[in-house]
Amino acid sequence: MFVRMLVQAAVLRRGRAASALFAMVVAAAVATAMLNLYVDVQAKLRREFRNYGANIVVVGKDGASLPADALGQAETVVAGRGVVAPFALVVALTADGRPIVVAGTDFDRVRQLDRWWSVSSWPSAPQQALVGVRALSVVSPKNQPFDFEFQGHTIHVTAAGTVQTGAAEDSRVYLALPDFVSWTGVQPSTIEVAANGSPEEIAAIMHQMQQAIPGADVRPVRQIMEGEARVLGKTRATLLAAAALIILTAALCVLSTLMGWVFDRRRDFAIMKALGASDRLLNGFFAAEAAALGAIGAVVGFVFGIGIAAWIGRANFHAPVVPRFSVLPFVLAGSILVTLLSAILPISLLRRVQPAVILRGE
Amino acid sequence: MFVRLVYESFRRQKRRKLLAGAAITLGVTVATAMIAVATDIGDKMNRELRTIGANLLITPQEDTLDVEIGGVNLKPPSDGAFLNEADLRKIKGTFWHNNITGFAPVLPVNVTLERDGKTENLTLVGTYFAKNISFGKEELTTGVRTTHPWWRVSGAWPGDNSRDVLVGERLAARLSVKMGDELALSGRTLRVSGILSTGGAEDDEVVAPISLAQEILGKPGAVRRVYVSALTKPEDALGRRDPKSMSGPVYDRWYCSPYPQSIAYQLQEAIPHSHAEQIRQVAQNEGAVLTRIEGLIFLVTLAALFASALAVSAAMATAIFERRAEVGLMKALGAGRFAIASIFFTEATLLALIGGLVGFAAGGMLAQQIGRSIFNSAISIPPVLLPLILAIAVIVTFAGSAAAIRKAVRLDPVFALRGEL
Repeated sequence: MFVRMLVQAAVLRRGRAASALFAMVVAAAVATAMLNLYVDVQAKLRREFRNYGANIVVVGKDGASLPADALGQAETVVAGRGVVAPFALVVALTADGRPIVVAGTDFDRVRQLDRWWSVSSWPSAPQQALVGVRALSVVSPKNQPFDFEFQGHTIHVTAAGTVQTGAAEDSRVYLALPDFVSWTGVQPSTIEVAANGSPEEIAAIMHQMQQAIPGADVRPVRQIMEGEARVLGKTRATLLAAAALIILTAALCVLSTLMGWVFDRRRDFAIMKALGASDRLLNGFFAAEAAALGAIGAVVGFVFGIGIAAWIGRANFHAPVVPRFSVLPFVLAGSILVTLLSAILPISLLRRVQPAVILRGE
Repeated sequence: MFVRLVYESFRRQKRRKLLAGAAITLGVTVATAMIAVATDIGDKMNRELRTIGANLLITPQEDTLDVEIGGVNLKPPSDGAFLNEADLRKIKGTFWHNNITGFAPVLPVNVTLERDGKTENLTLVGTYFAKNISFGKEELTTGVRTTHPWWRVSGAWPGDNSRDVLVGERLAARLSVKMGDELALSGRTLRVSGILSTGGAEDDEVVAPISLAQEILGKPGAVRRVYVSALTKPEDALGRRDPKSMSGPVYDRWYCSPYPQSIAYQLQEAIPHSHAEQIRQVAQNEGAVLTRIEGLIFLVTLAALFASALAVSAAMATAIFERRAEVGLMKALGAGRFAIASIFFTEATLLALIGGLVGFAAGGMLAQQIGRSIFNSAISIPPVLLPLILAIAVIVTFAGSAAAIRKAVRLDPVFALRGEL
């Protein structure tokens, strides 16, 4: 009987029930999308910040070279959570005796690590060099092959392309690490690491790296870490404020629609009361109706909300926002709370009125 | 008659009008606040991103190559060209001077430290800490404290005209130097006012006011390079083009947009014999991060507008639905559909205008509150937005009422008056 009344109430007044349900679904969808975005935005923006390059540097203590297995160790610690790239630097002499910084590195890794490098063409064969735009006029103004000398050893290279960064790299020449090591005998002294993750995860990576490479100094790049933390914090706070405003508006929309609906049914209410329904039964009936509406609306809205969040993720970050099912209980509880509230307020007003007055239409 | 009907409706149904008006006000408040936040977020985030450091670098045009490894400068100190410190204030005279939040000149020199009878070579970097610069009526306090905000000092920052220095934390640990100690550098006795921690090469260096570095080098007014921190616009296809290949109007548009390239170009024009360039690591990524955040807030603002439009529509529909009996009575007395609809629409417009005005004011205050609590600076709403917001409020209220009004007008007065459906 109770269940039949609930079902019939919804079926007979399809229009109003549908509009109440619609409002509920929209509110739940918007709330879900905002909460999903709020939870996920940090991960999304952190990925953007990794384009700034290294947030950890590993250097040999007092300028010494790192142990030969340091790169492998660093790679093991990072374990797919970022990019590592080795750098070895010496001051060599050009053919006309001018000093120049020559670096050895792994081009494939640098390409992933330092994406802001504007490179005309990456070296692909041995004995090819990547020349900084300012260094080019010194070492190879007519694009001819050139020589470097370091402690009596000479290397003969050709320029494969130029690199422009606006910083120190512009005055350097980069060689592939095997070429560099066989020429100078100098091992990498710096490993740059761009590690993904929260500040705690990065601190853990730094700690493990210090343990794995005891002969090295592991330092955070504070410039990047602090800027990142600041921007992320502000963005999240803005999003939180927006989410709070939007959820509040959506909840009020549901509240006003539902209250109107319940108030409209004061005749049903009066008839039931006149037929001898107790206050408890009436409260139970309207509360059950509201809760059912809230639950259905929340679940349907949740599905839509995940869709909206995924679309925003794809449109803005080119990666979908991962659905967070941990959000569902909150949306569900919130929806039922709002619907219950919007049912109980009019009922408590109506309860004080005699059924006869309502049925007479006054 | 028409005016009286509308007037009486407002006077007698205060509760209903108040409810509908409150819904509109709330909707407009949220919409206004979100639009204000969305229009200002780019500027606010741009300022936050400046904490990552300078995005432009000015170097002498005819400079020799930098020979620097890990902060140790191997280039002979007097080698190469210098900029003139006196030219730097012209930075505030460029077209985009309001976008330049700060700049810091740098002059590294080699010094010898005499300590316990031994000597050691160190790098001393001369710079501005927080120097007052004036150009015409413009005043600016600038230096590394603005351009390198991640630098920390335990102790005090030296004055720009003092003879105090900062010692990098690793160097200080190695030499066991404390704040207040004195260092004998290249024949001068300098007081250490604080220990500097940057996480970079400066941790192994001595940082001093630029006048001191110029004095040690023996070149008054010399500056090796200048770091400039500027608010820029994310680079697009136009920004990437070479100004030399542009035609007149395109060049003007490029010149008058705050791209990193065009600001660099103007700095180069302002300072004689200089070469200015964007620091790609900072400038390029800044654009990407900014675009993402702006895009996100834009989409969220759309969601907010949608939610508030829905809330307004729902409230209006409910308010009109409750007045079926009234419509029935009017129809029974012979009012035409058009007359009834126009009464409702006038009421809706009035409500929308009043709610829109109050909501605009409330939204402005809300936006200001959000700006103050998140960014420590107010977010202001351009008054130009008011007509736009009012128009949106009226349209949304109309759209929200339209369906309900249609339904009410179509209803048979007999049923409406009996209170059935």
